[in-house]
Amino acid sequence: MTDAQHFAAVLRLGDDALVLGQRLSAWCGHGPILEEDIALSNIALDLIGQARNLFTLASKLENQGRDEDALAYFRSDLEFQNHLLVEQPNGHFGDTVVRQMFFSAFALDRYTFLARQTANADVAGIAAKAVKELHYHWEHAAQWVIRLGDGTPESHQKVQDSVDHLWAYTGELFMPDDVDTACAEAGLMPDLHELQGTWRDKVVACLERATLRVPEEGWSHRGGKQGVHSEHLSYMLAEMQVLPRTYPDATW
Amino acid sequence: MVTDRERIAQAWVQVRSINDPELPYLTVEEMGMVRGVRVDGGQLVVTITPTYSGCPATDVIAEDITTALQALEADARVEVVLSPAWTTDWLLPSAHEKMKANGIAPPQGKSADRAFLTGQGKVVHCPSCKSDQTTMVSAFGSTACKAHFKCNACLEPFEHFKCI
Repeated sequence: MTDAQHFAAVLRLGDDALVLGQRLSAWCGHGPILEEDIALSNIALDLIGQARNLFTLASKLENQGRDEDALAYFRSDLEFQNHLLVEQPNGHFGDTVVRQMFFSAFALDRYTFLARQTANADVAGIAAKAVKELHYHWEHAAQWVIRLGDGTPESHQKVQDSVDHLWAYTGELFMPDDVDTACAEAGLMPDLHELQGTWRDKVVACLERATLRVPEEGWSHRGGKQGVHSEHLSYMLAEMQVLPRTYPDATW
Repeated sequence: MVTDRERIAQAWVQVRSINDPELPYLTVEEMGMVRGVRVDGGQLVVTITPTYSGCPATDVIAEDITTALQALEADARVEVVLSPAWTTDWLLPSAHEKMKANGIAPPQGKSADRAFLTGQGKVVHCPSCKSDQTTMVSAFGSTACKAHFKCNACLEPFEHFKCI
């Protein structure tokens, strides 16, 4: 594992958290019910908090003077290395909870590994906290998928469509590239093939309880980790970054 | 000549005067957020651990402690440490009592117990009427650390400090 790969691994964790956190924060004030508005905003806050800690750590590893804000606000879409799943638009509430369920199941296992590894103690500390938060996120999203899938014919059909659409973005979570392989060999990151098995078991159990059909394995979108994103990310970043890019010296 | 020991003791007095902005009846010490006070290279340093990754109160707390410390020594600073991660196991017993007195059901059990973590199979007592007939309305409440409950006996809504 080179220093650049070590940095990239931590940056990617932060990118997943930031992009999904930013997506979810757009629900603030638009939730279908008050409790859900609060829940999605709380989850967004957890994710943005994780991103801040991870970016601060990445900044330390990179040692080029780019702080957490520079990493969040002054990188273009090509420099973001998040998975394509997390940048997909919020869509309707069903789309949002399915995306959250798919991601949380993956992130929970990934953080569980990261909390136990000994290659980087700072990552372990951030992960130990994130595991507990992700437990809540996973439970919450899974319960909604079950409620909507096993709900009315309309909610069932809508959430089935969400599952069918977003399924093609889940394969990328388990496709290792050079960074993943090198970091797994160094003991820092989990073996993605191992994670895939536990992810599938959890997700299939949730879909079955929700009376939803599990999509067939097939072609999967890929490229996020290499900076090749869907069109949606640029629009999201444009909105997220406009203020600091317009007023680079603005502070809180 | 003021010894390091005396400087640390004075710093603790200042730190103990800082309250959590979200739970103003609790001090940051009772929250279990203060990891230690030390003198590092002649500088007074207080280390704190945030409760939740994205808790906005952490920044306010760090600022409040810094201001209080700098009344003693101009170059004193606060250091945020993330490892080991904060857990509700670190809340002082007095924090549990004060939460109850302020209408919040404190966390139960140990955070290592997964059943307590996600609220499955645990009974949360109503802080008003003590009834065990309560229902969780939402795992996410007014702040990251609290869940939203209601009491089926006295019908009061209340908050539960989540076990993490």
